[in-house]
This record gives sequence, C-alpha cells and structure tokens, in this order.
Amino acid sequence: MSADALTLTGRSIRLSRRNIDALITAIALPVILLLVFVYFFGGAINTGTEYVTYVVPGVLLLCAGFGSANTAMAVTEDLKGGIIDRFRSMDIGGTAILTGHVLASTARNLAATSLVFALAFAIGFRPGASAAGWFAALGILIAYILAISWLAAAVGLIAKSPEAAGGFSFFVSFLPYPSPAFVPTDTMPSWLQGFAEHQPVAPVITSLRGLLLGESIGHTAWVALAWCAGIATVSILIAAALFSRRTD
Amino acid sequence: MPEQPAIAATGLRKTYGSGARAVEVLRGVDLTVPPGTVHALLGPNGAGKTTAVRILATLTTADAGTAQVAGHDVRTERTAVRRAISLTGQFAAVDERQTGAENLRMMARLARHSRASARDRAHHLLERFELSHAADRLVATYSGGMRRRLDLAASLVGDPDVIFLDEPTTGLDPRSRRELWSVVRELAVQGTTVFLTTQYLEEADRLADRIGVLHTGRLVAEGTAQSLKSTVADHRLDLVLHDRADYLRLTPHAVHHAPDTLTLGIPTDGTARHVRALLDELDPDGTAVERFSLHTATLDDVFLALTGTPTPRPEPKEAAAHVR
Repeated sequence: MSADALTLTGRSIRLSRRNIDALITAIALPVILLLVFVYFFGGAINTGTEYVTYVVPGVLLLCAGFGSANTAMAVTEDLKGGIIDRFRSMDIGGTAILTGHVLASTARNLAATSLVFALAFAIGFRPGASAAGWFAALGILIAYILAISWLAAAVGLIAKSPEAAGGFSFFVSFLPYPSPAFVPTDTMPSWLQGFAEHQPVAPVITSLRGLLLGESIGHTAWVALAWCAGIATVSILIAAALFSRRTD
Repeated sequence: MPEQPAIAATGLRKTYGSGARAVEVLRGVDLTVPPGTVHALLGPNGAGKTTAVRILATLTTADAGTAQVAGHDVRTERTAVRRAISLTGQFAAVDERQTGAENLRMMARLARHSRASARDRAHHLLERFELSHAADRLVATYSGGMRRRLDLAASLVGDPDVIFLDEPTTGLDPRSRRELWSVVRELAVQGTTVFLTTQYLEEADRLADRIGVLHTGRLVAEGTAQSLKSTVADHRLDLVLHDRADYLRLTPHAVHHAPDTLTLGIPTDGTARHVRALLDELDPDGTAVERFSLHTATLDDVFLALTGTPTPRPEPKEAAAHVR
C-alpha cells in the first residue's frame, strides 16, 4: 500500500466525518433498518431461527450498499473540482486517489457494521460462531465491501453529478432484497427463486449467515469470494480506464 | 552555455472531439520562458489557454508538437516534470471540509514530506499567506480571496521550480486580486518561474515580464507589455459621435467601443498629420464627430486590435466585456 493512498484515505475519512448529512444517515440507517426488519417485519417471517439472527447479514449488506453511494458521490465531487488535477500534477495517480476513497469507504462500512452488531446483540442476536467463523465472516464481509466500493468508485467516474452517482445506491441497495437476505427464497415465486439464489449477493448472505450460526456452508464461501473478486476486478479495470479518460 | 529555458514548446496542437464535432483548440503554439520570469498567456475564453497549461503540466497530451518543462519532456518524462512543477487551476483545488492547515499538511505529505516536516511546512505557508488566524477553520468558511491564497500556498508545498496558474484571479474582488498579485510578484523575485493565464489585460501588464496573446488557438503576438503596445499603435483617438447611425457606420474602424456614450477609439500614431487625415477620412462632411480626445494606447487596444473580429460589434455587452 502506498503512503499516498494512506494519506488520501485519511483525507476521505476526514471529509466524510464532516459531511453531517451523510454522517447522520450513516449512523441512523443501520439502526433504523435493523429495528424495522426485526420489529416490523420479523414477527411475520418464519425462518426457523430468531429473526434478528437471521436478518443481521442482510442488514449489513444493505448498509454497505448505502455506504457505497457515498463513495460514488465523493469520487464525482472530486472530479467536479480542481483537486484531481492538482493531485495528478503532483504525480499522484488515479490508483492512489481511488484506493483512498475505497479504503475510506471500507472504514466507514466497518464502523456501520460494528454498530449493527452492537445493536443486534442488544436485541437478542445470539450467533454460535467460533472465533474462526467470526474471522471468516468478517473476511467475506470486507471482500463484499471492497467489491462494491470499487464498483461505486467506477460509478462515481461515470456519473456527471454527485446526485446521479447517489442514484447508484438504489440499485446496489436493492440487490439484497431478491435474495435470501430477509426471507427464505422458497417463499418467493418460482421464477424469482433462480435469480434470488444465484445472484452475487446470495452466496455472500448464505455464507455470512452460516458462518455466524456456526453451520457448515460447504463451498458457498468460495462462491461468495469469487463473486466479490470478480466484481472488484472488473470495477478496478473499468475505473482505471475511466479515470484516464475523464481526467485527460 | 546559454541558460536552459524553464519552458520551451514548439508547434503544440490539440484537437478535442472528432469528425464534424472536432474543435481545434491549439493550432501550433510556440513558447519560450526563461527561468525566473513571469510569463502571461493572455486571451479571451475559449482561446486555448487552459489546454496549453494542461499540456505543459502533463495533464493532457498534445496531438503534435513538443514541450520541455524544467528541462524535461512533458510526454516522455512526466514524472520528472511533475516533480518540478505545481498547478493551480481555475477551480480551487482545496477541500472545503478540511481546515486550511489540514489541506496543507495533506499536500505536503503527498509531496513526500515527513509528518513533522509537513506540519512545519503547513505552518510556514499559512504564515506567509497570512492565513495563520484561519489555520484551524474549515475552508468552507473562507472568503474567495483566502481560498485562492490557500490554493496557491498548497501549490508551493513541494518547492516547485515552475508554477502554473490558470486564471488565478478570475472571480476575485479587486482587493483580493491585488493581494494575489503581490504574492505572484514575490514568487518571481525568489526565482520561481511563473506561467499564468489571464483574461485581464491589467493583470498581464502588472505581473508579466513577457506576454503571449492567444486567440483561437494561435499566438497572435508576443513580447513585453511595452513592445506589444508599440506594435499596434502608440495612441488611440477617441471620437464621440453625433448619433447611433454614425457610431454603427464607423464601428469597424475602432479598437475600442463604448456604445453608451457613442464613443469609438481608433488607433493612430498620434501625429497631427495622421489624426487630421483620420478625421478627414472617417468624417468627410464634418458632421459625424462631435468631440475627440487622444490617449496613449493601453493593452486593451492592443488586444482588441490583435484579436478583434473584423466584423462590427454592435453588441454593447460584448464590447464592454472586452474593454472592461
């Protein structure tokens, strides 16, 4: 990791800490989402386990989706101003700039994750994971956050305005819904089940939940990691190409 | 051995877009800037100033031509050029949601200063640019002038040999503009080469050792403010005309237009013979010109004479914008 990327990560974190609107959303959203799912919908959904235990991975991914919108907006905002030209004239490349945004995004998301876990524990979340299970779950979650943060960075380079970049959150945040994140897929219409069980979010949810509950998950974790690696790789390639085009 | 120029460019060309939409922004620009001097690229919006700066600062590549900055080729030795330069663009390149000190510390870190030396550097620059009192305030609370000063301070963290300033005072009030001018002059005194673009003739006149006048992608004139003024005409004859019809009829001859007062400025060498001949030629019946006055030419006149379109400009707004 280059020192420049770390300096720029610090910058992004400072900037997002002072973006009061985004900060309030970032804190309120995980709390509200968790409470809404557990207390509003949870009672009606039969998952075979305590609903809070079932739903935590889904809420984590929802938060990551919303969090990535901030990343896309931050990238677009940078492009709008003169700071990217300044960085480039100092020989700081796109890699360091975008890595800074992605790492800051990861840090923000991990903060939201801690918040979700803390609240979940307070309202009855009782996972049965071993230390290794926790470790693996965290690893998959970070892989997912990195993947959609890079995706968000690429979107931020495509978008013409921060608002347009923010619209991206709709799509990414929506993805966990048609998946096993909130309800078992066998309650969905059959035409949807195929998508719900195989879209990129599904293996992430399934393996997170399995690992947290201490269940055997077979090779699902590898499928999840493969999706994350694929999304990240494609996004990085797109971002690199877009960065040189947008800044020429 | 002759001193190597800080900036040397030959035949720079750049076209944006392609096919019918192609816009040729630079059409063969040559530049030579000796080290330690201030060079101004003067031109209206769309003349190609920013593109020229971006090419010299390695941010974009020219379609044709070569350029060396601080002795390094902008195409093949980008990194070496970037180590030697700094760029302050038209849009402030500082973060509003960081304090002045944080912005400078960050830039210093990116310019490869250690943590301690970055703090030191930030402190000194804030002092030098009279921003110490606002060091720990968010830039969002700064005035336009303070922001530009911080921006300029940020461009100095790496001790550049060559500084590019793209329209450094656009949008500033007159006081902030004068403050910035004194900073730029100070830089030049310390031996830094400054390459700036501007739409303001006064700015070029006040700051630059040499001025290049850029118009639709071509350098139409180059020299000191003094020599530019003398290339066109030493003097300007201002005619106050009888009515609007006379004004419109004579407007193609003029380099200075003030439609509100029906005044046109015509270039002349200032001799009685030439002024008399001009009056006879423009106003043979002796009815069109009410009064006249003679002025020493300003850079405005030079600029308009060099870049003004041959067609009359009945648009008072446009004329006013050029004349200031």
